[in-house]
Amino acid sequence: MLWLDGLIQGILLGGLYAQYALGMALMFGVMKIVNVTHGDLVVLLALIGISFAGQAGLGPWGVLALLVPVGAAIGWGLQRVILNRVVGADPLPSLIATFGLSVALQNLMLEIWSADTRSLPSGGLAQASVALGPILVGVLPVIVLACAVALTAGLDGTLRFTRFGRALRAATADVEAAAMSGINPQRVYATATAVAVGILGFAATFQAMRSTVAPADGPFQLIYAFEAVIIGGLGSIWGAFIGAMVLGVSQAIGFRIDPGFGILAGHLVFLAILAFRPQGIMGKS
Amino acid sequence: MTAAAPPLLSTHGLLAGYGDLRALHGIDLTVHAGETVALIGANGAGKSTLLRAVMGLMKVAPAMVRLDGAEAGGRAPHLMVKSGVAIVPEGRRLFTGMTVEENLRVTLDHAAPAGVDPWTLDRVYALFPILQEKRRSPVESLSGGQQQMVSIGRALLAQPRLLLCDEISLGLAPRVVKEIYAALPAITAAGTALVIVEQDVGLAKQASDRLYCLLEGRVTLQGRSDQITRDAIGAAYFGVSHAVA
Repeated sequence: MLWLDGLIQGILLGGLYAQYALGMALMFGVMKIVNVTHGDLVVLLALIGISFAGQAGLGPWGVLALLVPVGAAIGWGLQRVILNRVVGADPLPSLIATFGLSVALQNLMLEIWSADTRSLPSGGLAQASVALGPILVGVLPVIVLACAVALTAGLDGTLRFTRFGRALRAATADVEAAAMSGINPQRVYATATAVAVGILGFAATFQAMRSTVAPADGPFQLIYAFEAVIIGGLGSIWGAFIGAMVLGVSQAIGFRIDPGFGILAGHLVFLAILAFRPQGIMGKS
Repeated sequence: MTAAAPPLLSTHGLLAGYGDLRALHGIDLTVHAGETVALIGANGAGKSTLLRAVMGLMKVAPAMVRLDGAEAGGRAPHLMVKSGVAIVPEGRRLFTGMTVEENLRVTLDHAAPAGVDPWTLDRVYALFPILQEKRRSPVESLSGGQQQMVSIGRALLAQPRLLLCDEISLGLAPRVVKEIYAALPAITAAGTALVIVEQDVGLAKQASDRLYCLLEGRVTLQGRSDQITRDAIGAAYFGVSHAVA
């Protein structure tokens, strides 16, 4: 029962990691842009949400409705102002540019919000649970997982079946040929990054409701997102979702083996995937 | 067409190059609606550069390229598409990881305003029936000739008034080249003008109304394709006994 409980809690944790990973799957997996600020943007959005909840009395769903468009606007601006200048076949320029931005963002957040850990009042939602037989399941984690499934299906469908999805896949396959086909690559990339960071609005809201955030937390969320995308396989949106599940379950099982082993267990599974299936679970070799 | 109407495309002393290397030294080219113009010349003569410069893929001054008489030099490629210019690029440049139909839909999604008889997926499939059979296959699984058909179909679905074709016969079997060239009259019949860059001089002469021969970035010969002799082409092609313009 301990292990079944670990599996279920791991899948629920994976729902949150999937929300971190989807934007990364789009930017790193599809567009080949390394965005080191990914985790910092989760924290930034969460802190903005917490401040608004305190100042304007927004409830958690109001915060969600605020953070998604704010995230999209930040993503659009990030791509237009910085990333469109460094995008290309070589991921190194985007890595260096966003690494610098990440350091600056963390310090800016420290300046504005101080190093305190904060969280978003959930109106009792974070404490609510239901009993599934002998296992207690939190209501909030189930909502998080359901949102993650819906977001994954929505993003995957958008890439597959819409005009924007075709344009983005074309631009990432051959940016010059895409321009010759009538696509404005800079605009398509800006839209894609807006979508990626908009999804982080969900991740930020749920992260702040489920646990706490502090300005220096970003790198953890960054590494989980990277690991999920690589475990799942670059370029696959559902792969990132599955990678997040693998990571969540590994950590939850690890925590039950030993409370200090959880995070490490996730990293070990990630390393094992890199060693034995470097293209990822859903990736093509 | 009245004599007063400006040509569909004209270039005026077009200069273009790569860094310090100048590839085009003042090209004057004119293309009228519905005609087929061939560009011939040795490797490195500047044929592909000329197409790229017209398409907005190279830096050129605004006045050096005109569309319908209006300045269009240096306009971004996606805006050139909206203005009615499309290109079948050298090397086909298909979107890998996407199916035949997805490749075709990309330009259909971003096409220029369509004329009275717009290109549709069905019309492209009628032109190249094999593509309908392969429409759900990833483009990288197709043969070279089939990929060239996708590239041409993709350009047609941008609804061009002017279609630039860069070495569409390169690397293809003679039978396939014949099949592809057989499709060109169906394209011009709809009023679309063609500029074809072609290594095979005989094929270029046969398929075009007029031709230009380029040598080291300059036009060394131009005229009606049926009036130019092979000897004149030979001289212009290699620069023997021909004053460079």
